[in-house]
Amino acid sequence: MSGAIWVVGEMADGGLVRISTEIATLARDLAAASGGTASGVVVGEAPGAAAGELADYLPAVRAVSVAGADGRTAAATTAMAVADLIAAAGEPGPTLLLLGATPDGRDVAGMLSALLGWGVLVNASAVTWDVTVGGPVVEMSTFGGRLITTSTFTGSHGIVTIRPQSVTAEPAAGHGVVQSVAASDSPVLRPVALVDRVAEASAEAPIEEARIIVAGGRGVGGPEGFATVRSLAVALGGAVGATRAAVDAGWIPYATQIGQTGKTVKPALYLALGISGAIQHKVGMQTAETIVAVNRDPDAPIAEFADLFVVGDLFEVVPALVAALRSRGT
Amino acid sequence: MRIVVLTKPVPDTTGAERLGPDLRVDRTASPAVVNANDEYALEAALKLVEAAGEGEVVLLSMAPASAPETLRKALAMGAHRGVLVTDPALAGSCTLSTARVLAAALRTLEFDLVLAGADTSDGTGGVVPAGVAALLGLPYLSYAGRIEPSGGRVRVHRLSPVGYDVIEAPLPALVVATQALGEPRYPSLKGIMGARSKEIATLSLADLDVSVEAVGGAVGGAVATTRVLEVRPPVVRAATEIVREPAPVAAARIVEFLQTRKII
Ligand SMILES: Cc1cc2nc3c(=O)[nH]c(=O)nc-3n(C[C@H](O)[C@H](O)[C@H](O)COP(=O)(O)OP(=O)(O)OC[C@H]3O[C@@H](n4cnc5c(N)ncnc54)[C@H](O)[C@@H]3O)c2cc1C
Ligand SMILES: Nc1ncnc2c1ncn2[C@@H]1O[C@H](COP(=O)(O)O)[C@@H](O)[C@H]1O
Repeated sequence: MSGAIWVVGEMADGGLVRISTEIATLARDLAAASGGTASGVVVGEAPGAAAGELADYLPAVRAVSVAGADGRTAAATTAMAVADLIAAAGEPGPTLLLLGATPDGRDVAGMLSALLGWGVLVNASAVTWDVTVGGPVVEMSTFGGRLITTSTFTGSHGIVTIRPQSVTAEPAAGHGVVQSVAASDSPVLRPVALVDRVAEASAEAPIEEARIIVAGGRGVGGPEGFATVRSLAVALGGAVGATRAAVDAGWIPYATQIGQTGKTVKPALYLALGISGAIQHKVGMQTAETIVAVNRDPDAPIAEFADLFVVGDLFEVVPALVAALRSRGT
Repeated sequence: MRIVVLTKPVPDTTGAERLGPDLRVDRTASPAVVNANDEYALEAALKLVEAAGEGEVVLLSMAPASAPETLRKALAMGAHRGVLVTDPALAGSCTLSTARVLAAALRTLEFDLVLAGADTSDGTGGVVPAGVAALLGLPYLSYAGRIEPSGGRVRVHRLSPVGYDVIEAPLPALVVATQALGEPRYPSLKGIMGARSKEIATLSLADLDVSVEAVGGAVGGAVATTRVLEVRPPVVRAATEIVREPAPVAAARIVEFLQTRKII
C-alpha cells in the first residue's frame, strides 16, 4: 500500500470535532513515514468552517457541500460523498481512509467499506507505517483488553477507525488549502431524515474526549450521590462517567455509561467512586493512563487494576479531596 | 411486523477467550454465547412484534456449524425461527465478507425491519450493520434508544452525547439497537422447551449463490481484507498502592499522587 491518506473529518454544530484533529496529526506522521501525502475531506451542508479548522492540521482539505445535509443523518451523506470523490479522483486515488472510532465514524466506515470493497480495521489505539509490511500496522485491544493485536490489510486499500485520545493533536507548520466541492444527493444510499435534536442533560463534551473522568457506581447510592461525584469532576475539570448499575437504576443517563455495552474511554485519569470493577466495566476503562479508586471494600476487584486504591467511604473521601484540591488552587 | 435480528455467537467473556495459532478467534477456548448487544436487539424485536400483535422474529447468523446450540437460547427468549449461514470457507471472515454474506442472506428473506447489535464483544467494532445497509440500499438508523414503527415508517431516538436525535425513514430499514432499549428477558421454562422444536435453517454459500466473484472477490477467511500480524499481552500495570488512612490523609495522598503523575 502506498500513496494518499485521506482523513474523513467529523462535524458537530458546524465545527470540527477534536478527534478529527488527532487523526489529521496521525495522517501527517503516516504520510511522512510512507512517502505519501495526507489530506482531508469534510462533508456537510456548510462544511467551510470545519474544513478551515482541519486545514490547520493538513496541507489540503476538500470541503464538500451537500444541499439539505443538515436535515439528514451524517452517515449516508458522508459515505456517499467520499465514495464519489474517490471515484472522481481516479488512479492513483487515496489508498487509506482514517476516521474516528465514534458513532458517526463507525457508521461512515462501515458504509464506505461496503461501497468501496475495502477492508476496515476498527478501534485502533495506534497506527504506524511499516516498510517491511508495506502498509499501515494497526494496533487494537481485543477480548476486553486482555490481548493487543496488530493487523494490516491484505489488499492495496483500507479504512481505519481510531479511538479518541490515541494521538495528541498538533497543528501543522502552515495553514493548508481548502478547496470547495459541491456534491449532489446520494442515489445509492437511502437518506434518513433528522427530525429533531433533543438535549437532555446540559450540553457536555462526549466523555470519550475527556482528559479526566470521575465515575460513580452503585456505591454512590442514588441520584443525589452523583452531586458528590460531580463536585469532584468540577474540582478536577473532568467529566462524569458511570457504571451500568448506576445507569440501570436511572440515576444518570446512558450516555455516561462506560463498559462493554457503553463507551470505551482512555483518559489520563479515571477516578472510580463506589465502583466494584466488574469485567464488563473494566473493558471500557482499563486503558486509562492512571486509575484511582475509592471503595470501602478492600477486596473489590478494582483493587487489582487500580494504580491507587483508597479503602474508604466515598462520602468522606470526596469532600476531603475537593477541599484539598481547592486549597491548592486547582 | 416481520423482523430479522442479526445475531452473532461470540466467545463468552469469561476471561479465557484467545486467538489460536492461526491468529483467528479460537472458538473452542470459551463457550459460545449470543453477543450481549444482540440480545438487546432481540428484546426490542420481540416487544415490537408483541405490540403489533402479529409478525415474526427471525434470527440470522453467520457462524460455525455448532451455532444452533447457542441460537437455542435466543429462540427460547421468543424468536420464532433461525437462519444460519455456515460454510467452512467463511472461517476467519473479515467484517466486509460478513456484511456481504449477511446481505446476501437477507435478500432471501422478507422483512420490515432488520435489527442489529451495536458491536460484538469478540474484537470487531460495530461496522457490519452499516455495511449491510449500504449493500442492500436500506435506510440505516443507528444507536437506537427507542424504536417506533408506524404507517410504513420507523422513527428512532438515536442516542447522542447530550440526549438523542429523532430520526426517521421508510420501511424496510435497518436499525442498530442499544442497551437503552431495555433489559433482555430471561427465557421461561416453556420457552426453553419450545425452542427445541423451532426451526434453524442452514444455508451454505452455494445455497446463497454467493461465490468469491459474486461478492467482489473477498469473502471468507482465505481472502479476508485484513490479517492479524501479531498478538501480545497488554503492558502490565504497576502494583496497586493501597491507602487505608482517614479521609483527610487519604485525600492528601491522592493529591500528591496526581501531582507526581503530572495530572494536576
Ligand atoms: C452483558 C453485560 C453487559 C454489561 N455491560 C456493562 C457496562 O457497559 N458497563 C458497566 O459498568 N457494567 C456492565 N455490566 C454490569 C457489570 O457486570 C456490573 O454489574 C456493574 O459494572 C457493577 O456496577 P457497580 O460497580 O457500580 O456496582 P457494584 O458491583 O454493586 O459495586 C458497588 C461498589 O461500591 C462500593 N461502595 C458501596 N458504598 C460505598 C461507599 N459509600 N463508599 C465507597 N464505596 C462504596 C461497594 O463496596 C462495591 O464495590 C454488564 C453486564 C452484563 C451481563
Ligand atoms: N457473523 C454475524 N452473524 C450475524 N450477525 C452479525 C455477525 N457479525 C456481526 N453481526 C451483527 O452486527 C453487529 C455488529 O457487529 P460488528 O460490526 O462485528 O461489531 C452485531 O451486534 C450483530 O448484530
